[in-house]
Amino acid sequence: MALPTRKFDAVIVGAGGAGMRASLQLAEAGLKVAVLSKVFPTRSHTVAAQGGIGAALGNMGEDSWLWHMYDTIKGSDYLGDQDAIEFLCRMAPQAVIELEHFGMPFDRNEDGTVYQRPFGGHSQNFGERPVQRSCCAADRTGHAMLHTLYQRNVRANTLFFVEWMALDLIRDASGQVLGVTAMEMETGEVWIFHARATLFATGGAGRIYSASTNAFINTGDGLGMAARAGIPLEDMEFWQFHPTGVAGAGVLITEGVRGEGGYLLNKDGERFMERYAPTMKDLASRDVVSRAMATEIKEGRGAGKEADHILLKLDHLGLDVIEKRLPGIREIAKKFANVDPVKDPIPVVPTCHYQMGGVPTNYHGEVVAPANGNPNTVVPGFYAAGECACASVHGANRLGTNSLTDLLVFGRASGESVIRFLKENPGHKDLPTDAGDYSMQRMARLDGQTGGESVFEVGAEMRRTMQAHCGVFRFPDMLQSGVQKIKAVAERAKRTEIKDKSRTFNTARVEALELDNLIEVAVATLVSADARQESRGAHDRADFAKRDDVNWLKHSLWYRDGSRLDYKPVNLQPMTAQTFEPKVRSY
Amino acid sequence: MRFRIYRYDPDKDAQPYMKDYDIALEPTDRMLLDALVRIKSVDDSLSLRRSCREGVCGSDAMNINGRNGLACITRLADLKEPVELRPLPGLPVIRDLIVDMSQFFKQYHSIKPYLRNNEVPPDKERLQSQAEREELDGLYECILCACCSTSCPSFWWNPDKFVGPAGLLAAYRFIADTRDQATSERLDDLEDPYRLFRCHSIMNCVDVCPKGLNPTRAIGKIKDLMVRRMT
Repeated sequence: MALPTRKFDAVIVGAGGAGMRASLQLAEAGLKVAVLSKVFPTRSHTVAAQGGIGAALGNMGEDSWLWHMYDTIKGSDYLGDQDAIEFLCRMAPQAVIELEHFGMPFDRNEDGTVYQRPFGGHSQNFGERPVQRSCCAADRTGHAMLHTLYQRNVRANTLFFVEWMALDLIRDASGQVLGVTAMEMETGEVWIFHARATLFATGGAGRIYSASTNAFINTGDGLGMAARAGIPLEDMEFWQFHPTGVAGAGVLITEGVRGEGGYLLNKDGERFMERYAPTMKDLASRDVVSRAMATEIKEGRGAGKEADHILLKLDHLGLDVIEKRLPGIREIAKKFANVDPVKDPIPVVPTCHYQMGGVPTNYHGEVVAPANGNPNTVVPGFYAAGECACASVHGANRLGTNSLTDLLVFGRASGESVIRFLKENPGHKDLPTDAGDYSMQRMARLDGQTGGESVFEVGAEMRRTMQAHCGVFRFPDMLQSGVQKIKAVAERAKRTEIKDKSRTFNTARVEALELDNLIEVAVATLVSADARQESRGAHDRADFAKRDDVNWLKHSLWYRDGSRLDYKPVNLQPMTAQTFEPKVRSY
Repeated sequence: MRFRIYRYDPDKDAQPYMKDYDIALEPTDRMLLDALVRIKSVDDSLSLRRSCREGVCGSDAMNINGRNGLACITRLADLKEPVELRPLPGLPVIRDLIVDMSQFFKQYHSIKPYLRNNEVPPDKERLQSQAEREELDGLYECILCACCSTSCPSFWWNPDKFVGPAGLLAAYRFIADTRDQATSERLDDLEDPYRLFRCHSIMNCVDVCPKGLNPTRAIGKIKDLMVRRMT
């Protein structure tokens, strides 16, 4: 069946920080760009970021992009690509300044410059002492940034398709990407967006876990679409567990609390991070802090009746600092933990927060995949930026604040790459005759399905499986049985049934289509985790306790077809700086 | 727990109706949104918007026992049964609890909600004192959930002409920003019997704002500036 078609120079899927930084670049260049988003742009998950944007502005004392680069590489447990990390850290100050010029309401110092707070894993002089590098707007940095970017896009007349869900990637026989199919949620109509360039900025898939800081919309749509179109997913075994999710609720409490001087206590009132990370203490990187907390709980030193959480103490900061720097946290703690942090500590547990892996790209935001003997062959017409992409700047563990930096730097860079590509490749290539068929088959399957399981049940089983089999600590038997279980859940996901068949704003259908994407990510995660026989960053295995640079200093690539794995080397060659050779990681 | 929820699907319903739900909650279901997710797990046709589930994205605004609020930060324990849920008042209903927010966003866009400054920016950040920055507190935190504008009778009567509390709060956010140079254009644009002056300070907006913001105060400050430039 032929679908109605719209033609654009470029289509961007996702209107969070990365998507809107990229769209701004394209709209201001006068190109015809469509931005598709499942939600109104300011509802994208960037809005929930709290602590800040990492950039070596040096407003609070000496700093340099090279130190930021070192911290990021060390934080990544040496799995990050050093060319991409150099690019990130060198471009970061400019990205922040630009955002300030757009009107971002940053907090200020007495001299009127942007205020910066300390954050986990960020240091002066290659690990000597904590540095203040996180540029923030109280503890609402993501909200302020997302609204600022939306406002700037309003100024640039960017064309948004709000509450449109992209369904599938369109590739021609040569593999070139020619756009997407997408469903207008209000009407249920499916259209083809025929584009000369396609950019994914669809965010992460943190909703594969039961306990997650992530929004409901974080369902890995870009990853599902890419995987179904034959593109591999990189380093999917690496998931960040944020140390401080509110126990029971999962809602995020920023690392900025510890940046401003808060710290973690076990049930004995001991500041236990001093034992695990003598120099950086509570500001060690997130994988280290989360593992320390999980160890304390496992060894019986958790707080509360069930000894199942850790306490985050900040009352000693005083009402003034909390009201000025952490007002949102106080609001969240009161609402979701029933405590006022001005008086009492907040109960917290490590909670799934961020996907380090994603669609493989280079530092220009071009999607790359192995072809003709080159592991990094550019997929023509296809770009990705932000959490859905793997450049890889975060490697095996992301540093706090680097996600917002990533959105700004790679949103802009991928936008520039699209502009270059459009100049060199005028005109639309013809769509394949079957361009919309796959999406229509998926829709028809859902509409016609009888006797299937509910999306809720299958989704719950997926989340339970991931939570139990692929958490902070990973065990060989659990990983193996987890792979079998998640593959069985994936089979069930093929037969989900929705009772609601309405065309009008059918959110049951949206959730079923989202599950199709989540399940690809869940399978990729468990298969990649089971195969990686070492402990690195956020991937911690009981049977292989050490990092193994001889055999495993390489990126995983998971292909949907046959759930096959491949690997490619880590790029240890920066753009201009000297290589930071892997060494023992301590904080 | 008992709920009465406004239902309307234009595909099959001739008119809207209220549907009763009696639902067994789990101890982990603490907020209204938790209950709605549970209801949806047994009746997948119930339609609503939701995303962050922590009160920062602004998706799940609705009318809860007669008062606008966000489902994700409304405690179940504080609600009287049966909990009556309706779409935000005054906007066209698309389906169930989902309203068409075009008019709301059109008004937000009408105030040119972006920093206007035509000078070539410096190489570094523009400087702003801490006191100047504090002027933006209570303004920039708006999440565009529309609880305020859809609780405002002036907005119900003239949604096409009155900017409404959310849009006016945003207008003052830029007027108050020392980096913005368009104050007089912004005031010119609002000097109109409808755009600004339909606000009669009844303060429903302040009452319902889930972020504790005060649009009425911002509107008062805009009016002050207008009076001041006339004298």
